Amino acid sequence: MAKDEFKEYRLVGTRPDRPDGLDKVTGRARYGADMSAPGMLWAAVVRSPHAHAKILKIDASKAEALDGVKAVVTRADFPTGLTGEEWNLQENTMAGEKALYDGHAVAAVAATSKLLAEEAARLIEVEYEVLPHVIDVDDAIKPDAPVIREGAANASVPEGMPPNVVQYLDFGRGDIEAGFAEADLVSEKTYKTEATHQGYIEPHACLGQLGEDGKGEMWVCTQGQWFIRKMCSDVLGLDTAQLRVTPSEIGGGFGGKTTIFMEPLSLALSRKAGGKPVKLVMSRSEVLRATGPTASASMDVKIGMKKDGTITAARAEFRMQGGAFPGSPVDMALYCCFAPYKLENVQHIGYDVLANRPKCAAYRAPGSPMGAFAVESLLDEMCRELGVDPMEMRLKNAVVEGDTASYGPKYGSIGLVETLEATKAHPNLKAELGPNQGRGMASGYWFNHNGETSVSLAISEDGTAQVSIGTPDIGGSRASIALMTAETLGIPYEDVRVNVVETGALGVNEPTHGSRATFASGKAAVIAAGQAIKEMCKRAANEWGIDPEAVEWADGAAQPAGPNAGKFPPMTIAEIAGKMGSTGGPISGHHESVPEGVGASFGCHVVDVEVDPETGHVKILRYLVVQDAGRAIHPSYVEGQYQGGAAQGIGWALNEAYIYDENGKLQNSVFLDYRVPVASDLPMIDTVIVEVPNPGHPYGVRGVGETGITPPLPAIANAIQAATGARLHDLPMSPPKVLAAIKAMG
Amino acid sequence: MSKMHVTTTVNGDTVEFLADPRETLLDSLRDQLGLTGTKEGCGTGDCGACSVRLDGTLVCSCLVLGVEADGKRIDTIEGMSEDGALHPLQRKFIEHAALQCGFCTPGILIAAKALLEENSNPTEEEVRYWLAGNLCRCTGYDKIIRAVMDAAAELRQEAA
Repeated sequence: MAKDEFKEYRLVGTRPDRPDGLDKVTGRARYGADMSAPGMLWAAVVRSPHAHAKILKIDASKAEALDGVKAVVTRADFPTGLTGEEWNLQENTMAGEKALYDGHAVAAVAATSKLLAEEAARLIEVEYEVLPHVIDVDDAIKPDAPVIREGAANASVPEGMPPNVVQYLDFGRGDIEAGFAEADLVSEKTYKTEATHQGYIEPHACLGQLGEDGKGEMWVCTQGQWFIRKMCSDVLGLDTAQLRVTPSEIGGGFGGKTTIFMEPLSLALSRKAGGKPVKLVMSRSEVLRATGPTASASMDVKIGMKKDGTITAARAEFRMQGGAFPGSPVDMALYCCFAPYKLENVQHIGYDVLANRPKCAAYRAPGSPMGAFAVESLLDEMCRELGVDPMEMRLKNAVVEGDTASYGPKYGSIGLVETLEATKAHPNLKAELGPNQGRGMASGYWFNHNGETSVSLAISEDGTAQVSIGTPDIGGSRASIALMTAETLGIPYEDVRVNVVETGALGVNEPTHGSRATFASGKAAVIAAGQAIKEMCKRAANEWGIDPEAVEWADGAAQPAGPNAGKFPPMTIAEIAGKMGSTGGPISGHHESVPEGVGASFGCHVVDVEVDPETGHVKILRYLVVQDAGRAIHPSYVEGQYQGGAAQGIGWALNEAYIYDENGKLQNSVFLDYRVPVASDLPMIDTVIVEVPNPGHPYGVRGVGETGITPPLPAIANAIQAATGARLHDLPMSPPKVLAAIKAMG
Repeated sequence: MSKMHVTTTVNGDTVEFLADPRETLLDSLRDQLGLTGTKEGCGTGDCGACSVRLDGTLVCSCLVLGVEADGKRIDTIEGMSEDGALHPLQRKFIEHAALQCGFCTPGILIAAKALLEENSNPTEEEVRYWLAGNLCRCTGYDKIIRAVMDAAAELRQEAA
């Protein structure tokens, strides 16, 4: 679809009530912890109080002596011999020889009640030998840092690197030094971001059952039931197909529920307790201590710019720790950080570093917000120094279709320029600012994603349609997929039911991640609907005694394609469906693939802040999100993604951080201390949905979930400098740090 | 620890259960009475997902013991719609797309209803401060605030 061929649709682009809305406003929707089973046991987990310690002895005898305690498991109950990421997942689920972070699981117990399980967990005695630990990424990368694990580095790491470096990246193009030589100004600065948590309000919860025969079932809050199935099977040594995983409604994920943390423990306990179902629900403190925060980062950026704002060369060197295991998103941070800019000369260096912290998990556009904080901050500082308008600098250097991205691939249809122009035209940019107020701007990028996708569609006897998808609905994707399916079939939105199904019902689906659900499951549903339409046209043709090619589908009915096809009244979907039993059987469609045609998404945010010069408190006065959606299928939920991403980014910028004491113990493992934005912290969040359709999707979808968390970090830093003159290079920009920065200027 | 007998009224119905004296009202509602619409997000009174009314007072049910409910009246999300008709707040939340994952929604609806009973014409700022104890991680609050303001306007119109 070319940019100028913008179609109007009957349903796509409208805002009907979401199909699961009623269940969710009445308390009927069932989330992870809402399920129970006959004969169910409750589980509790014993966690390390040390950041780094050798486990000398685990004595569960006092717990096992309690009436009602049915099983205790330790690492000894898991299979041995795993390697690579399978070993990492097992080790993170249950510590082996060493506890690697404060909160690392060392034992688990199942009992007949929740209170009893908690009491039993307190009675399990663990003897530790405390080891030196390291928390900060710049400390962890030192050659003499405590070694988290020998032999964890992959083949990318050259000889002689510090022991906690487990991945090394070095890529780019052009002549970086020649590029800097062309510049009128070359700046190099260091930026740091702290680890933050996804902060979904629903703690991890599951109900697992595993028999002696290796057959099991699990009910779990997850972004991806097949990932849970595969990871649990790997960690426990089960045959994957013997485990059936049903996703509950999910109370937020943001990437953090794409992996396992404690799910295998419920299965291991169940197996040891004679196959009784075991429910395991994390406390908030467990969520913060032991489930995936994002990485913390230390980043050097060097950029060359001409007087007119042209970028001549750029270099990024990022160090990230993602906890005690490989897997920080340093790679994606590097891919995304220069993505909005045309660059001939660019170099990226990355280090993935181990530290004594929980294993990081994906968090909304993993890596991209950190990289953007460094690059978009430095660009703003340079624009200031050269007297260049930051919007004009962004437009001058903006990538367009056909350009080679900073990280290598050639861009297809993209809407960065359209996004910047829409930002420039927004009234917020003309709002007057008062004393201690300032405006900041930043761009952001996310690739979007396809992934393994399998969808089935079936026409019911009355002409309504059911769609079975494998991507859990976190923020309205049932609505968007129902809209696209109904649009394609030519039937009312209400006539489509979209079901998120268990692992036994479809082929493998990747989770709802990478902003892929509406793109990938949606595309597959449209293709499946096309197959059903083809079959229904065939049934009509048979009845009419004409060639199937002479039948077309319009307005929810088979119609003769033209005057030569014969004169027949339209045969509706209900008529065709009502006769399916005698005309050839069930009518359905099915599509599975890794759908091609992913369309990347750029965004631009503008924020106005007011800084209290006496306290350093930053108040958000106005906030604008402009982002290319490709096509907004249900605009309300697109806006919701933009607003939610911005709010998380604002929290990351201003408040949120993992705070450790000198012993490596997490100091803020409750919501009182790990403070996410509350309603009174924020203004209304203005949104503009730019629509440059993605030609790779039947309705132009790009994916909208992730880009929005990226620009707030630098946009707010840029606004604070505009308001105060002070530049913050470290997150979070909490009142004490802002105050210190203001005072340092004298 | 021996359990205590509790008689209470939940959403208008008299119910009885045996509560461990250490058990929270939240756990009594969810695990004893099967009323899982009330959610646990933190267990420390910081997120508001477990908001219920106890004799009309808005409370975090994770900070109340189950045995404290004896002889009292409790209202939960399961009792918010009457005779199959959604409360205007519930309807407006769906209309305004004021929920994404929906996990914080029951607590926010309970808290917002308590606000509108006390103040039928709240300003945006009053809604924001009233709901400051109810965390939502998905929406950025924008559509929630709009839904509450719109429901308040509708209720005022009905009352007029």
